[in-house]
Amino acid sequence: MTHGGSHPLLAPNLFEVCKVLTLAILGLVDVILDGLGGAIPPLADPLAGLSGFLLSPLIVALLTWLIAMTVMLLWATLFNLLTVMWIERKLYSRLQDRYGIMISIWSLPFWPFNRKDRPTHKGTGYLQNVADGVKLLQKENITPATADGAMFHASPVLIASSTLMIFVALPWSSGFYIAQLEFGLLFVLAAFSLAPFGILVAGWSANNKYTLVGGMRAAAQLMAYEIPMILAVIALTFSTGSLNLFEIVAQQDRPLAMLGPVAIPAWYAFGPQALGFLIFTVAIVAEMERIPFDIPEAEAELVEGWTTEYSGMRFGILFGFKWLRMIAGAAMIVIMYLGGWSGPVFATPIVAGVPIPIVPEEAWFLLKVWFLCVVFIWISWSVPRVRIDQILQIGWKRLVPFSLLAVLIGAGARVVGW
Amino acid sequence: MGPQHPMTHGLWNMRVQVDGETITDAAPEIGYLHRGYEKIMEVREFQKNVVLTDRLCYVSSITWSHAYCLAVEKMMGIDVPDRAKWMRVISLELQRVASHLMWLAAFGPDLGLLTGLLWALRERELFLDLIQVMAGARMNQNYPRIGGVRNDFPENFDAMCRRSIEHFREKLVEYRKLFHDSKVFHMRTRGVGRISTADAIDWGVTGPNLRACGVNVDLRRLDPYESYEDVDFEPQVWKGREGGDSYARFICRFNELEESCGIILQAFEKMPKDGAFRVKPPRRAEGEGFARTEDSRGEALFYVCGDGDDRPYRVKIRSPVFCTMAATPIMLRGNKLADVVAILGSIDVCVGEMDK
Repeated sequence: MTHGGSHPLLAPNLFEVCKVLTLAILGLVDVILDGLGGAIPPLADPLAGLSGFLLSPLIVALLTWLIAMTVMLLWATLFNLLTVMWIERKLYSRLQDRYGIMISIWSLPFWPFNRKDRPTHKGTGYLQNVADGVKLLQKENITPATADGAMFHASPVLIASSTLMIFVALPWSSGFYIAQLEFGLLFVLAAFSLAPFGILVAGWSANNKYTLVGGMRAAAQLMAYEIPMILAVIALTFSTGSLNLFEIVAQQDRPLAMLGPVAIPAWYAFGPQALGFLIFTVAIVAEMERIPFDIPEAEAELVEGWTTEYSGMRFGILFGFKWLRMIAGAAMIVIMYLGGWSGPVFATPIVAGVPIPIVPEEAWFLLKVWFLCVVFIWISWSVPRVRIDQILQIGWKRLVPFSLLAVLIGAGARVVGW
Repeated sequence: MGPQHPMTHGLWNMRVQVDGETITDAAPEIGYLHRGYEKIMEVREFQKNVVLTDRLCYVSSITWSHAYCLAVEKMMGIDVPDRAKWMRVISLELQRVASHLMWLAAFGPDLGLLTGLLWALRERELFLDLIQVMAGARMNQNYPRIGGVRNDFPENFDAMCRRSIEHFREKLVEYRKLFHDSKVFHMRTRGVGRISTADAIDWGVTGPNLRACGVNVDLRRLDPYESYEDVDFEPQVWKGREGGDSYARFICRFNELEESCGIILQAFEKMPKDGAFRVKPPRRAEGEGFARTEDSRGEALFYVCGDGDDRPYRVKIRSPVFCTMAATPIMLRGNKLADVVAILGSIDVCVGEMDK
């Protein structure tokens, strides 16, 4: 038994894993078609042709992509989104000295959950968000009479699709990804900055004074914070020399220094990029509209900001995708500055040539992402909201000069070879 | 903004004219909750009006019914027993703390700090429990009576108060960390909603809002009623250089929490241990009574006029919030749209007493 480096659970990558699944399904279909052809002789030839077509490389690849994307979508929304929402609701409840959601699975009204002898309100409340989603699905979708209907309906689609687009290029481990892009970082940033257009369209088309103000605020804020974010990334590229997310992580997967038996990893947050790390974190908190910077939907003065006029599942999508953007933002920080999926324990025993990841890369990545989410949640529930002029002041007068300084430091560190 | 808007603490409307995000003008529109108090009180007996005055402000009932009782007592010429006076001081201060905590709870979400709401409501519970033990109800207590108070304190009430206040003082340290030490909080309140001392006096702003301008007015000091002249306390006045902003108002009210706790503890020390807590008032009265008290929101004034019948001939109420509300356009002009909420939260609006 030998020890290798850290290893992903999905090896070698998501596509290959899904391909096995696709081939298994198609093999099953092939067997059924063969059987049918044997039973009905006149159909044997066309059915054999059909099964040959289904097993052609093009169809296999297409179906595999579909399955891979579905897996990623479900992973992002059904698992990560629900978990982070649940963490947030539980955590801020504890900060406010209360229990938070406590509905248990025994409160479901159908068999086998409708047992009288189990407590319905002493659970963890994990499924509460599912229940909320189901409730929102049942609600009527109201379009205001004065709204610009086409644009009003287009903007949730725009926001949702642009947010999901991030996850195409965002890897969860060295194997768990959909596309391995050479310019992955650029693609993720571009997908991230598409949402402000959707928000602007939503604010304008609803024809309501609150949504208009909220949309304008969102556009002003997001555009102001895009600049320091990009500048921090430029500073980072001086160190990495690459925009490939996998390479950025690989560069950080080595010890920087040894403190006795404890190895300090060479994460970019610890080197000359520390300033860039802080700037990028602040900017990304502003990008995901969390409380110190949540002026676009400041519920005190703007009711619900640019989402005021949305109802039913449209509101649910807009509301829930804010958490998805938070996860994506946290994942970006982890990849760029906190070593991505490289963990401190590289114990991968190799049994008969097959590496068995006890603590796979996905676990380390999730741990870091969720920890960052918890930090963001903690911050957002312990500070008041900043005003619009102050938020722009912080953006233009503090973050932009500091991010230029970070670029300078990054370039200087590159020159002296740090 | 309003009358159905998450900003409004009750049913009223603030018409705000904006230029981009900057407020150019504002006009409060009130009257959605007008119930005609002054007229209703003319057709009810003196004692029965106490129930009504409780509902003037559902957050600080005792201070309002007490102001009414004081006016009627002055009209009837009743001398309230010494012990009843001290009991009223204690109940008033308990109510003041509960009311200020409600203001603090509302001020948090106004700035986007929902944690403040739940923390303040948690501690308000302590004082509501005390009030419940004392008067039997958490809301609309109907506790002061013409000629005294309704019932004696329960056994060990002083020990209960001491324990609660001790606990509360520990929690005040947490509040300081949440509010005073927060840079964002300073950014949102400092220099926002400023009103000059002259303007504040001209427009009839009273109470903590005027003390925040640096004017040392506290009717408990200037025109002592009940036993306040025997109590040793410090009216909380803004001592800094530039007052009159949201931050000064916040500091004044916040320090009053601590000050009121001190008054309660002192009152238990100085209170006579036994004696009557009520005298029987006459049924009919003639003459005029006029009382002004330091309500939790400012100067509450009651004028009661009797014509020899068993019910008042005329009642006039002065609500501190009503006058402060008239001065809000001055505070709002020139600020940002987001500050509307921060400013109106800091002056502690209670629509019940404003619309009467």
